[in-house]
Amino acid sequence: MSVTPETVARIAALARIKVTEGELAAMVPELNGILAWVEQLGEVDVSGVAPMTAVIPNTLRLRADVVGAIAETAGDRRDDVLANAPAAEHGFFGVPKVIE
Amino acid sequence: MTELTDLSLCAIRDGVAGGAFSAVEVAGAFNDAVAAAQGALNAFVVTTPEKALAAAEAVDADRAAGRPLGRLAGVPIGMKDLFATKGVQTTAASHILEGFVPPYESTVSQKLWDAGAGMLGKLNLDQFAMGSSNETSYFGNVVSPWRKPGSEAALAPGGSSGGSSAAIAARLCPAATGTDTGGSIRQPAAFTGISGIKPTYGRCSRWGVVAFASSLDQAGPMARTVQDCAVMLEAMAGFDPKDATSLELPVPAWEAGLSADLRGKVVGIPREYRIDGIDADVAASWDAGIAWLKDAGAEVVEISLPHTRYALPTYYIIAPAEASSNLARYDGVRYGLRDLPQGAGLQEMYAATRAAGFGPEVKRRILIGTYVLSAGFYDAYYTQAQKVRALIARDFEEAFKVCDVILTPTAPSAAFALGEKSSDPLEMYLNDVFSVPASLAGLPAMSVPAGLNRDGLPLGLHLIGRPLDEQGVLNAGLAIEQRAAFSARPARWW
Repeated sequence: MSVTPETVARIAALARIKVTEGELAAMVPELNGILAWVEQLGEVDVSGVAPMTAVIPNTLRLRADVVGAIAETAGDRRDDVLANAPAAEHGFFGVPKVIE
Repeated sequence: MTELTDLSLCAIRDGVAGGAFSAVEVAGAFNDAVAAAQGALNAFVVTTPEKALAAAEAVDADRAAGRPLGRLAGVPIGMKDLFATKGVQTTAASHILEGFVPPYESTVSQKLWDAGAGMLGKLNLDQFAMGSSNETSYFGNVVSPWRKPGSEAALAPGGSSGGSSAAIAARLCPAATGTDTGGSIRQPAAFTGISGIKPTYGRCSRWGVVAFASSLDQAGPMARTVQDCAVMLEAMAGFDPKDATSLELPVPAWEAGLSADLRGKVVGIPREYRIDGIDADVAASWDAGIAWLKDAGAEVVEISLPHTRYALPTYYIIAPAEASSNLARYDGVRYGLRDLPQGAGLQEMYAATRAAGFGPEVKRRILIGTYVLSAGFYDAYYTQAQKVRALIARDFEEAFKVCDVILTPTAPSAAFALGEKSSDPLEMYLNDVFSVPASLAGLPAMSVPAGLNRDGLPLGLHLIGRPLDEQGVLNAGLAIEQRAAFSARPARWW
């Protein structure tokens, strides 16, 4: 399978990355080179093989269902949470208007 | 007298504990070395001499008061700028995280400070750990301290932990943290004549480590000796309830368990790694490694890992897929860069921010990852890759029925020049051909220096062990280290 400029533009839109026409033109052959190379995986016989889900057997743990089990997520850290926000306002994350 | 900056991690630890020198003297010597090399090598994104000194003063005070010292007391280290450090900028060498100052500390770095280590600074790397040459950092290339004799051409320190490898080889720090997703500890270690180990997936907590490909990412130590790696790994590893994939197992006493006596051990040599057109010096160092391990008492057998050739394409589906998901968090809202064009709405702000904040290689991988996960292509690419990954892991399981540890070269060549491979992403990806399979299988793996090639540049040997058998990997590494007796170091030109 090879990708067209339209496909790359759609993928970039899905990934929320703005690309210029020039970048798009450069990316198409690069991505096609990589995709053509990874397509050799199609020749591997994987019948009866389950996709890997964990490299090392492990069980998912449940933590205690209490507030504050982990100090960093125990709440009451609003100022820490907002400290790196590019546009914090009134104790919230500021974003451009989203309601038309 | 030996200069303090030439000492190993263990020699510094023992010297501070025994009173041969103070921790403050050590920190001062390394702070000076870091400052003197920064302009030429660019190994650090930020330096933190005050942190190194403060930690050293605390250690000296503890010693004077007769209080017990941590296992890394008085050892100043470099911290790869992928670990969140409270109050110190953490960037993943990206523009999008420039200026980000974490309000929390990563588990691994906290463990190191608790053990008495001090921080010399945050080490440069490939942007979001995506690269094999340290040429994708937003903060400029790291330059290897190594040069070919008679040449001033700048060489790659490897990647992504290239700041770590360059700093250790140049004696700017005795040890540093690295992270390894497909070879990012081992390949830079090989390029710069140092050692580094990626432990079993789950040994070191990923909490507070900027995520690249979560099913592959593992932290590990880089240093100049196998013993130093063992000591530092003991301090870094351990169960962490804050990481869902952290292994709930005790940390073995790896340093105490070190032994270069390999009698009774079987070393596997995978025939598929003897690739067509293998570099003659790389092949010769591999043969030397086989002879050294036999000399240490091991039996050597040929093994087969039939799906080896599919490891790289598998990796370059899985890692970008996970990266595209992980890096979705950079949205210009909660932290990091925001690019808000005049009159733009929320969606346009996301796209503009991410266009301005990510470098070309990061964008390339996000797009590949988005494509292979998109509707209609998911099964053909991602599910197929996860099935092949299961086969690659099964190859290792079969191999470890007949051998205890596997020996291969670390990388297909010695360090290349900066710029030599950066125009062709595929050629750069091929650098990880020997390191990626162990990553896909979550296995412990280590690079140790084996010697110099015809150009006077270091080559590494690569040891892969059973799950959780870091000890077997370290011990085989120690046997090679003792026999290779690698003592070459870059001539100081910076």
